[in-house]
Amino acid sequence: MTATVGVVQFPGTNCEHDVVEAVGAVGGSATLLWHGDGSIGDVDAVVVPGGFAHGDYLRPGAIARFSPIMAAVADFAERGGPVVGICNGFQVLTEAGLLPGALQKNAGLKFICDESQLRVASNDSVLTGGTEVGDLLSVPINHFEGNFTCDAETEQRLVDNDQIVLTYVNNPNGSVADIAGICNEGRNVVGLMPHPERAVSALLGSEDGLVLLGSMIDAAAGARV
Amino acid sequence: MSEPIHRALGLTDEEAESIASLLDREPNHLELAMYSVMWSEHCSYKSSRIHLKRLPTEAPWVLVGPGENAGVVDVGDGIAAAIRIESHNHPSAIEPYQGAATGVGGILRDIFTMGARPIAIMDPLRFGPLDDARSRWVAEGVVSGISGYGNSVGVPTVGGETVFDKTYQGNPLVNVLCLGTLPTDRLVLGVASGVGNLAVLLGSRTGREGIGGVSVLASAGFSDDETDSAKRPSVQVGDPYEEKRLIEACLTLLDEKLVVGIQDLGGAGLTCAASETASRGGVGMDFDVSAVPRREEGMEPFEVMTSESQERMLAIVEPGDLDRVIELCERWEVLATVVGRVTEGGDLRIVDGFDGEELACVPASTLHEDAPLYDRPRAEPDDRAAALAASPSALPAPDDIGADLAAMLLDTHWVWSQYDHQLFLNTVSGPGGDATVLRLKHPTTGADTGRGLALSTDGNHRWCAVDPRAGTAATVAESILNLACVGARPLALVNCLNFGNPEHPEVMWQLSEAIDGMAEACEAFGLPVVGGNVSLYNESLGSNIDPTPIVGVLGLVDELKVVPPGLAWSEGDRLVLLGDPAASELAGSQWAFDKGHRTGSLAPVDYEAHRAVVDLVRKLVSGGLLSAVHDVSGGGLGACVAEMAIASSIGCTVARVAGHAELFSEAPSRVVAAVSADLLGPVEAAATAAGVPLTRIGLASGEKFAVKGLIEMPLGELVDASVNRLPEALGRGTTQG
Amino acid sequence: MTYSVLVEVQLRPGIADPQGATIERALPALGFDGVNGVRVGKSMRFTVDAADEAAARAQVDELCARFLTNPVIEDANVTIEAP
Repeated sequence: MTATVGVVQFPGTNCEHDVVEAVGAVGGSATLLWHGDGSIGDVDAVVVPGGFAHGDYLRPGAIARFSPIMAAVADFAERGGPVVGICNGFQVLTEAGLLPGALQKNAGLKFICDESQLRVASNDSVLTGGTEVGDLLSVPINHFEGNFTCDAETEQRLVDNDQIVLTYVNNPNGSVADIAGICNEGRNVVGLMPHPERAVSALLGSEDGLVLLGSMIDAAAGARV
Repeated sequence: MSEPIHRALGLTDEEAESIASLLDREPNHLELAMYSVMWSEHCSYKSSRIHLKRLPTEAPWVLVGPGENAGVVDVGDGIAAAIRIESHNHPSAIEPYQGAATGVGGILRDIFTMGARPIAIMDPLRFGPLDDARSRWVAEGVVSGISGYGNSVGVPTVGGETVFDKTYQGNPLVNVLCLGTLPTDRLVLGVASGVGNLAVLLGSRTGREGIGGVSVLASAGFSDDETDSAKRPSVQVGDPYEEKRLIEACLTLLDEKLVVGIQDLGGAGLTCAASETASRGGVGMDFDVSAVPRREEGMEPFEVMTSESQERMLAIVEPGDLDRVIELCERWEVLATVVGRVTEGGDLRIVDGFDGEELACVPASTLHEDAPLYDRPRAEPDDRAAALAASPSALPAPDDIGADLAAMLLDTHWVWSQYDHQLFLNTVSGPGGDATVLRLKHPTTGADTGRGLALSTDGNHRWCAVDPRAGTAATVAESILNLACVGARPLALVNCLNFGNPEHPEVMWQLSEAIDGMAEACEAFGLPVVGGNVSLYNESLGSNIDPTPIVGVLGLVDELKVVPPGLAWSEGDRLVLLGDPAASELAGSQWAFDKGHRTGSLAPVDYEAHRAVVDLVRKLVSGGLLSAVHDVSGGGLGACVAEMAIASSIGCTVARVAGHAELFSEAPSRVVAAVSADLLGPVEAAATAAGVPLTRIGLASGEKFAVKGLIEMPLGELVDASVNRLPEALGRGTTQG
Repeated sequence: MTYSVLVEVQLRPGIADPQGATIERALPALGFDGVNGVRVGKSMRFTVDAADEAAARAQVDELCARFLTNPVIEDANVTIEAP
């Protein structure tokens, strides 16, 4: 049983083809979704990939959230469909209000492209279902605005509801509570700054992204049934 | 008293006369402006062309050699690779962030104009010393600019070099190399053909950026701060988001075979693009300057025709395809405007509306083919014989060899961790190693070939200051050895020749010598030169930079199954030196220069011996026999071993190094390899069979860095010196970008 | 009526401003003493056609809340000038 993943493409998105390739590596199939279309068609999961949608002008994700496709994605999420935002996609999902919080400039005020060690904080999400809490994963980061910010009340809610799914072992960007990825209360929408699609082959330095994307495919196939 | 207009535009009296005789009349101001930008050093290579002809450019796998927007080579499986390198030195000296950013933008357009998708950027960078505040500001701005533009435009920056040296104070070098891949059958050229076809301008509106920038910015040295300020308004501003959409739109047009020819707009803007496409196609063009979308009001035709506004392309389209072209461009939110018509004859006519007034009319080919060609006077330095004889071996041995070594080390993680170096899932060996290795995938189907492309950029101003010919040859040799360290064989070379003022005979001698050295080495290694860029007038306050030819070499890994060994060794590895164990020539070495000794005779490259080392290293790497490998270059054997120890966080004990000369000599054709004990036998046998000297020099182990009789220190001290240097100097935070 | 609008977007009080902090740290080294409380934001200028100033302000406030700021971390200060 496999699943079809819709990968959203805004002008300025640049990780869409990488996600398509990585979804293939975990046995899924993928199709691109154009930002100007009002429908996501017949897909079982949606990935909002990384890049610089609309140039990141104004704020990352600020313009992308108004694209016609995002209304369809919100609707799909509302119905319980798996939605994963990676990097810029995470920023888009917070701007769209599908996930809480916001992503600010890194504390070091530098763009960072580097290896990062993640710890699974919750395996109750569409992206981490195949992991165990406490698992360590090596997944690269690549961002300027990855510093997760929210007020104390929101942070407490994230903790209480077990919505923090991935944390950094060594916080690279100043994120609140070392947060690398969170999910919504329904656990079907996940946003994370690290790039699991970049960790799908030993030749590329890590295969630890496979379990995450594989979990998403399993969740998508399960949701369809 | 005002000077004649042609001189203000940077044309000499002779050049003005030559224009009048080509036209058989006096040119008007618009025509004069067009010639001035096209005949500038930057566009015409008028001082270097006669020398560049000496470079070998042919090989069976070369599809496009020098002279086009990029060189193209066949890499098998129906895939071709397009490669080009360019300088953006002068714009980066004035406005580091935008200078570097637009350098990246410009080189990308050179690649996708060939029909290739850009897949990798490399940046060889040179800055003034870290203790100079302005040099730090320039370095920080340049790195931020490459990061800001390259990451956003969505092309990974996979390597390069960063060097800090006094010779670049006031005149940094920002060279940018781009590699792209294309299906071999999609190769397109910047040619207009088909009378009646339309020239369509794609991308940004035209503003006043870079007006006169080509001749004023790129072709004159800096004299003082005041002039810098006066030049500032003509700096171009980059928009990576526009460029990203332009790339996608152009590649879509090419996929659908909707363009006859396509040309990027770089130096000399529309004048260059219109005249080059027309003259390459043997046709003329009517160019409607009034149709060009503008960002500012009141722009004069000469400003529109010479503007260097970024993120623009000129596509030649058949009239029947125009609607589809505009439709696809609208999808990508790219402005597309008909600005020209291909005509019979060879005239480039600038008109105010296709049926309106003729503002200029010149034979298109005269703008570049008839550009002046100078054989400028060359002279070797008066004291050359004495300089060659003054060997640094006379320098006293240092009291603290470890301190001298530590001073040479520079970890560039601070630089390349700001670049997205992983996009496209190709990067197998990224920045920080001897060479970059990328998976070779088909550019349209994505099919993995199981092979790899490798890239190395190299330059050494110290070697070339001592001897431009031998230094350049050694640079080519080093680049090939770097490729061998990742298991690649070289396919093609591009160069960026950064030199001083060509009106100084000594600089012209350096340039000519460097080209001869490059030609000699390329011929010896069977390596074709497929493109290049010449950047002259690199000087500050009347002082020329040390000659800095940069080479970029593209290689192929025939079987890419495992990650190449890299620099990091494992506990217990045996260390061996491949190549001459007794090399001790210090001329041109970083150590000698650090001591202020800039003369002597470089150790020459023995091409046959070099090939033997290169072939052996490639074989050992491909065969998986090495756990780490690193070539001996800047900083000599000492820096080589130290960099390996730092990369692995494991110390070493090295023996059989006679003294500081053997430790710091940068003599060519040497490699340090780390081998696990059980593989030492096979490695020694392979070296013997290849006729390459192999010397066991030590053991990787522990937390100490020791060279018997010379150095013994905690590895941590070297790590700190190397790793902390850039963050301490340039800051862990920034206010730019 | 066409009103000129200036929107100044700033990080909300309490939200860390690493750019402002970096600038502030750099000032003493440059010889500027006694400069405190640096906050970095951005400003936007545009015009709005509206029946009166109150209507213009209502429109701009909504624009700020929905698009020009991210209310999770940013505040906007709006200045409207009558023609």
